[in-house]
Amino acid sequence: MARLHEHHGKSLLARAGVAIPKGHVARTPAEAAHAARDIGGRVVLKIQAWTTGRAAMGGVAFADTPDAAEAAARKLLGMKVGAFPVEQVLVEEAVKIRDELFVSITIDDAARAPVMLLSLEGGSGIEERGADVHRLPMDVRAGLDSAALRRLLAESKIDKSMHEKLADAIERIAKLAKQVEARSLEVNPLVTTEDGRVIAADCRIAIDDYAVFRHPDLGIDIARELDHPPTDLERTAYRIEQADHRGTFYFAQLPVPDDAHDRAVGFHGAGGGGSMMSMDAVGRAGFAPANFTDTSGNPSAAKVYAAARIILAQPGIVGYFGSGSGVASQEQYHSAYGLAKAFLELGLDIPAVVRLGGNSEDRAVEILEDACRGLKASVKGFKKDDPPEKCAEAFAQLVKQNGAKAWKPRERRVPAFVGDTDADSFAIRFGGDWGGSVWIDVERCTPEITDLVVKHSGGVLKKDEQGFPTLAISKEEAASRDSEMIACEIECIRAGHPVVFVDLPITGLDSEASHGIAAAIEGGAATVNPEGHG
Amino acid sequence: MAILIDKSKRVLVQGITGREGRARTRLMRDYGTNVVAGCTPGKGGEDVEGVPVFNTVADAQRSAQESGAVVDISVIFVPARLVKDAAIEAIEAGVKLLLLVPDRVPMWDAMEIAAAAKDHGAAFIGPNTLGVLSPGEAVIGMIGGRAESAREWFKPGDVGVISRSGGMTSSCGYYLGRAGVGLSTLVHVGGDAVLGLRIPDVALMFENDPQTRAIVLFGEIGGSQEEDLARLIAEKKVTKPVIAYIGGKAAREGTRFSHAGAIIEGARGTHEGKVKALREAGATVVDGFGELPEAAVGVLSR
Repeated sequence: MARLHEHHGKSLLARAGVAIPKGHVARTPAEAAHAARDIGGRVVLKIQAWTTGRAAMGGVAFADTPDAAEAAARKLLGMKVGAFPVEQVLVEEAVKIRDELFVSITIDDAARAPVMLLSLEGGSGIEERGADVHRLPMDVRAGLDSAALRRLLAESKIDKSMHEKLADAIERIAKLAKQVEARSLEVNPLVTTEDGRVIAADCRIAIDDYAVFRHPDLGIDIARELDHPPTDLERTAYRIEQADHRGTFYFAQLPVPDDAHDRAVGFHGAGGGGSMMSMDAVGRAGFAPANFTDTSGNPSAAKVYAAARIILAQPGIVGYFGSGSGVASQEQYHSAYGLAKAFLELGLDIPAVVRLGGNSEDRAVEILEDACRGLKASVKGFKKDDPPEKCAEAFAQLVKQNGAKAWKPRERRVPAFVGDTDADSFAIRFGGDWGGSVWIDVERCTPEITDLVVKHSGGVLKKDEQGFPTLAISKEEAASRDSEMIACEIECIRAGHPVVFVDLPITGLDSEASHGIAAAIEGGAATVNPEGHG
Repeated sequence: MAILIDKSKRVLVQGITGREGRARTRLMRDYGTNVVAGCTPGKGGEDVEGVPVFNTVADAQRSAQESGAVVDISVIFVPARLVKDAAIEAIEAGVKLLLLVPDRVPMWDAMEIAAAAKDHGAAFIGPNTLGVLSPGEAVIGMIGGRAESAREWFKPGDVGVISRSGGMTSSCGYYLGRAGVGLSTLVHVGGDAVLGLRIPDVALMFENDPQTRAIVLFGEIGGSQEEDLARLIAEKKVTKPVIAYIGGKAAREGTRFSHAGAIIEGARGTHEGKVKALREAGATVVDGFGELPEAAVGVLSR
């Protein structure tokens, strides 16, 4: 996560040479007592959560003894911030403050440069107080204008003896922002103490998501700006995005208001702006998106499939609404295949409306609607000439007809021939820990069915001498042809001969032991026999 | 007259031998763009789609100068982490306009590119942009995906489009065309938080473009580009009518919605604030995206 907890940020500040209060992170009341004993004297305990106004919500407590610290920690560790329980408190020495300053470095989009906001009257509630905040423009290469900083300090009421120490700390903070490529770095307050020290008493740091790759030492596991710690589903989605770089896949869960659960929608956008616009359209039709999802930039069918599976892992949604910009420059049939595969595997029984406008939209809509014709759910595709508002209206109608039935996440359906020793299979791989295998029910492949399979395999398969499908390319080449094989699977289903299945177990959603396939793939085994069929 | 790109502009493609560079070079040439050279270190002497490849931008620039011309624009299709070096190379070789296509360029890299551009009097579009297209003239980047789609979707005319979303750049162009509105130029400024040309900069170019009579904007939450445009309108520096839609009404504070720039930070960059600023300045802001073409037709017929 690209946002750092206070204690993490403070450790970076300390390493950059900025003094921080003596303190320890505690996960249990006993640890808090221990920390208080080690620190000695009066301590402050602060919940570690991504939120502002911790004091106002009761997330900050003072304690004079280790026992009091233990009691305070017990209370704080029982708190929840939004849906998330507090897991850590920071126990620190309570410093005797003389001056409080506000130091913040953000990116000024108009100047295309960092800027420091500095107030010599920091502390909590600075936004509301409208304190005197100075803007110190920064040069991305040269950093802070140290003369300007010193002028400001010289004009302040802060005791002269502290000026040099403050200037040094502020310059170090500015350097740290550049070094860790912060999108924002705030120290509020930076304090001077009665015993003449300068201390960073609190901090909030967010690292630029796109720079996280250059900072492995920060230990950020999910490079994504969210307003909450990532959920299990968000982690699952992020793993898939990282494993498969063909196109983007963005997934974030949104809180559904308590009074809107009968209007919660699984939302699947395409393209950042188109997704946002479509989410607004379905919102205006009275629905509450349970998530924000965007698959775009020419995503593979497998990626779109995974996105749909993850969206449909959310219980309670009353429908599936997909829509992007409406005029996609990518070929839309890949998305149609991926969606159809997910809907079929899960036996979708809530309505789905998907706007597939853009290149190859006629084909895309036909694939989606025709492949899903046997489902209980109404699955309706729309094109670029259908505005999002019209799609949202159609969606509302279908949800109504379905009685706003709530979706129950379920196991995917895997055909019986998957894992069968008489079936053929070969591995496909995306990278990371995600991959799968293609299974062909050879026993049911009459010469006519083989022709069908070969025709839709995009050159991956050919007919062997005995009239069965076999690999036309090497196993290594075939490993990256998942989009073709997903298309093949769906086309065979459409033709009434479901003899191909692309098995893509998703870690976190599907049982690990999915027919022992994962293990077979792990060993790099592709069990297809290119020579013939046993 | 269109802005930024027309068929007379001489275009260089950095990263031309990569998958994207190759495919998009074909699209650009098919549409009518004058792609004069490509550049990939170590691949000098090869050609892609008949376009000569050079090792460095300076080599390409020298070759252009030998025929009495300069490279006007460099379109960059290199991996995100290499964009900074590629862009600075082009800027230092005297290219005055760059298009940075890749997504996921680190922000501090974008700021360094901006500083270098400022030093050399250059400008850039992006990062994370689908590009710029002047209907009937030329395209840089990948708007439309295929040349025949781009020809079918976007008709020449007198409305300029500015968008923070690539897909919505095409959408705006397509839906306006369907409503009978032609376009001077479509500009995708990019989805990131730190951009070269921002919405207000492009609006000023449209203001000075005699072909353009009105500006259609697809804005988004986050940042201050829309507010800055509102200020230009209020100050009468942009006098041509502006018709806008702002995406992200349903967005929450503190969560990034796909685009790196689409994040509300505290009270900054809210949907409400942007709509209010634009409306108070005199722009037309529609509530539903579907209302945009009709609103444009209405404004143009005044």
